[in-house]
Amino acid sequence: MKLRAFLIGGLIAAVVAGPLAGAVLAQGNTMFIPLLVYRTGPFAPNGIPSANGFNDYFNLLNERDGGINGVKLAWEECETQYKTDLGVECYERLKSKNPVLVNPFSTGITYQLIPKAPVDKVVIHSAGYGMTASADGRWFPWVFNFPMTYWSQASAFIKYVGAQEGGLDKLKGKKIIHVFHNSPYGKEANPTLEELSKRHQFELTLLPVDSPGQEQKATWLQVRRINPDWIYISGWGVMNQVAVKEAAAHGMKMDHVVGNWWTGTETDVVPAGDAARGYKSMTFHAPGSNFKIHQDILKLVHGKGKGSGPKEGVGEVLYNRTIINAMLDTEAIRLAMTRFGNKPLTGEQVRWGMENLNVTEQRLEQLGMKGLMRPLRVTCDNHEGNGLALVQQWDGKKWTIVSDWIEPMRDVVRPKLEAAAVEEGKKLGYTPRDCAKEK
Amino acid sequence: MAEVLWGIFVGPFKDIAGSPTFFVEVLIGGVAAGLMYSLVALGFVLIFKASGVFNFAQGVMVLFAALTLVGLLERGVPVPVALGLTALVMIALAFGIERVVLRPLVNQPAIILFMATIGLNFFLEGFGEMVWGSNVKRLDIGIPDESFKVAGVLVNKLELTAALTAAVLVAILAVFFQRTRIGRALRAVADDHEAALSIGIPLKTIWVVVWSVAGIVAIVAGVMWGAKSGVQFSLSLVALKALPVLILGGFESVPGAIVGGLIIGVGEKVGEVYWGPLVGGAIENWFAYVLALAFLLVRPQGLFGEKIIERV
Amino acid sequence: MIYREAGHFKSSYAADQAIFPIVQDRVFLGLVAVVAFVAVPLAANEYWLQAILIPFLIYALAAIGLNLLTGYAGQLSLGTGGFMAVGAYAAFKLTTAFPWLNMLVVFVLAGLVAAGVGLLFGIPSLRIKGFYLAVATLAAQFFLIWLFNKVGWFVNYAPSGTATAPPRTMLGVMVTGPQATASARYLMALGMVVLFALVAKNLVRGRVGRSWMAMRDRDIAAEIIGIRPLQTKLLAFAISSFYCGVAGAELLFLYLGSVETLAFDINLSFLVLFMVIIGGLGSVLGSFLGAAFIVLVPIFLTNAPHWLGLAMRTDTQKHLELMIFGGLIVFFLIVEPRGLARLWQVTKEKLRLWPFPH
Repeated sequence: MKLRAFLIGGLIAAVVAGPLAGAVLAQGNTMFIPLLVYRTGPFAPNGIPSANGFNDYFNLLNERDGGINGVKLAWEECETQYKTDLGVECYERLKSKNPVLVNPFSTGITYQLIPKAPVDKVVIHSAGYGMTASADGRWFPWVFNFPMTYWSQASAFIKYVGAQEGGLDKLKGKKIIHVFHNSPYGKEANPTLEELSKRHQFELTLLPVDSPGQEQKATWLQVRRINPDWIYISGWGVMNQVAVKEAAAHGMKMDHVVGNWWTGTETDVVPAGDAARGYKSMTFHAPGSNFKIHQDILKLVHGKGKGSGPKEGVGEVLYNRTIINAMLDTEAIRLAMTRFGNKPLTGEQVRWGMENLNVTEQRLEQLGMKGLMRPLRVTCDNHEGNGLALVQQWDGKKWTIVSDWIEPMRDVVRPKLEAAAVEEGKKLGYTPRDCAKEK
Repeated sequence: MAEVLWGIFVGPFKDIAGSPTFFVEVLIGGVAAGLMYSLVALGFVLIFKASGVFNFAQGVMVLFAALTLVGLLERGVPVPVALGLTALVMIALAFGIERVVLRPLVNQPAIILFMATIGLNFFLEGFGEMVWGSNVKRLDIGIPDESFKVAGVLVNKLELTAALTAAVLVAILAVFFQRTRIGRALRAVADDHEAALSIGIPLKTIWVVVWSVAGIVAIVAGVMWGAKSGVQFSLSLVALKALPVLILGGFESVPGAIVGGLIIGVGEKVGEVYWGPLVGGAIENWFAYVLALAFLLVRPQGLFGEKIIERV
Repeated sequence: MIYREAGHFKSSYAADQAIFPIVQDRVFLGLVAVVAFVAVPLAANEYWLQAILIPFLIYALAAIGLNLLTGYAGQLSLGTGGFMAVGAYAAFKLTTAFPWLNMLVVFVLAGLVAAGVGLLFGIPSLRIKGFYLAVATLAAQFFLIWLFNKVGWFVNYAPSGTATAPPRTMLGVMVTGPQATASARYLMALGMVVLFALVAKNLVRGRVGRSWMAMRDRDIAAEIIGIRPLQTKLLAFAISSFYCGVAGAELLFLYLGSVETLAFDINLSFLVLFMVIIGGLGSVLGSFLGAAFIVLVPIFLTNAPHWLGLAMRTDTQKHLELMIFGGLIVFFLIVEPRGLARLWQVTKEKLRLWPFPH
């Protein structure tokens, strides 16, 4: 009896639920892209704007251009709740629809999928997350993490701090703390920061916060005692909100607290309210909705009632990040079509497109994304691309850019990255390819 | 080797003596965090005391209460009215739970009732998020969140409020249990179900009352935790932080939840700040359990738990 | 009518003591084995094997392990995730240090390491009981996860901090690593779960199992009749952890392929405990049924709207799934509090009398 009530209630709710999120079925002249999303669970506040960005951009392409060169995009969402086992289940389920490319949207799930990619011939694009070592395309031909890796990001942060202090040589004796999510993701930046602390002789303290990170009292007491010059935070989920709030409550100078780019969204500063004013974070694109692409999305997607989130969400940090992510993917497909023809492509062909991707300033302008991000070029051996970082600041209402484009210290990062790629690649039994022979 | 021993047995104490103000701050931080855990643990204790059910859904009830409150506030309902309405919702929930879950499972072993609350947990998780959405919501009911200094020690107003609230809540619960008619009935049921029934105490009513009170305690916990991290799904995970408190204090004791909270809060903060750096930090989660374990080895029923009498 | 014992005569003690004394049961089981070992790998697609059947088998093994401890010996444990992690990391270290070692041996050795760790964390059970015992096992859970996360040695100092299953072959067939086919991994998991389930079944029928149950039902009385609590409880912890350890190693090598410690967090411990309770405490069959319930029902609910042609928002669907799943748990508990295994037993009883129940 109770069961029946549930089912009936469920059916009613489903009918009332309104517009459907990306349930286009793959058929005929289409290419299928699975979307592993998390709209529920502890990480949903981050997952929802991300998922909306993907949906809206794909919808825009289908509505405005009729897909890519006449090939329509098909996609389907699958709920992972940011859990690795559900991510694997989703991937396996959607594999039957012949996907060519997958965005795992979780570092943990990316690790699960990396070994599968060459076997299933599916391209993995972990844009700004995932395994840093996979930026070496010689060892990981199927995995891409452009526009930037965690390690490049950390080096850009140090460069920014140097610029603020009046030169990298002024870093000597300065105190920098890295507060990180105690998981492989959070620890990513540590080796780079340690290396740079040796080079530039700043004092580095590493303070882990256990997942989920609702209680960080002990961490911030330690931070306050050290009284650092700069704080770098690598968090995700509830850890972000609490960290920003605790930083403010412990009297830190908020403009010297910098999150990585997963620790600088609108939701992260919500609970702290006014206290969060001045908080900074890294990013690789501009925030806000003053770009042509946003007007197109509002008019052609939301205007037709096909928007997958609220209108106000268009232009949020994570939303912008995923429309860029979706743009890079679809541009790679477009590029691959110039070589393989305007028809649904295979994973192998899309992989070629990703590897030769070259998004120019001119192309960005055509796409209505001029100023939203930098031109990007990917090569066979460099799957990280030549992305640059930015620093944005929360002014109490919105994020604004407060730095120039920062070039990461590629001379520091790249050798370490190549060494890591050898190690990670060997674990999987790979042999490196010779990029000089690739065409 | 000597260095390690020094690091464990001498270094931290030198550190404490070296900067007593900071040590006081750590203590205050520990007390504040501990009382926050106690707020969650109280809900568990109430239900366990009166019905022997280990309520796995308590964390989700905290979330559900906070979501309801914030949802009402966002729709422009004034704070006192919203609090009242949320309390009504929690009472309605208690009625529902008694009717649908507890009544059909009366007289089943504790572990089965525990499992039933897990089912309840899943249900409320889905239901709460479906009704109120998954976004982070700011909970602002006028509690100030500035810090100020007393004799060089940093004190946070929000934490102070939380501590006072916990104290008041315990006082109210104590009066409720000791002085009111229904409170006495609750204690009777806790002592012996059958004896209580035989002298005419209505078990069903008692359960509804207990679950309602636990629901209202959940509102308080939700408000305090929600003010800290914003109201979001992760609130339901605070239950995990309440577990060592519960075990240390004893499942049946209201004062135990408070004392346990204080010991765990202070213990884990002091451990993390002074001993954590030796091993790279983030030890507080397991440290809390090891601490609880150490106490349990001396008193296997928790500090304030009822003495276990074993007979064949 | 078909399912009945009349006419079966046991002419030896061995026959009387058989695990499956009824002919029809044996036939049925034989059929199940044929289907599981032959038909499934041939017929099932990769999604079924990889996303449903392999995790089901692995969780079933972990559930048997926990059931030995909680269901038979009566010791509540919330450290399953931690013990599984021990198994996984032990297996990883073993096979990377000795690549020539047969995978079966690696799994068993990893199980033994987990057994040792379980033994250690079982010691407080001599003094602490019931829900309070959960604290000792939770301490194990949180400490072990912290340790594996903290110490780089466990993952061979991998820059990524994750343990990745290296490619290994058995009898010339690739069984782990990305190139291993889903059916190879499935057969490996199936073989092990069948083997260990039989061992468990025989264990609980024998002296060890009876002493566990005596300890569970009334420990003081058990002590008086000469069952030594120290050995009995610690043995339960060790054997249970062995099972969990093997399951953990399988989780890494046969299912996920690459893990970070988060995969073994407290939620996994709860998940396995749910399986044991839903399936039925003190029943090997129940462990399978419980694992099936917890693994299959959510996947079924996720897929149901697609099969029905209902299009739903992803989040709404997940919310409904959680609500229905929660409702089903309560529903089954009300129908049969002693778990799915008991439900199965009742069905069998009815079947014996069918079609003449009076």
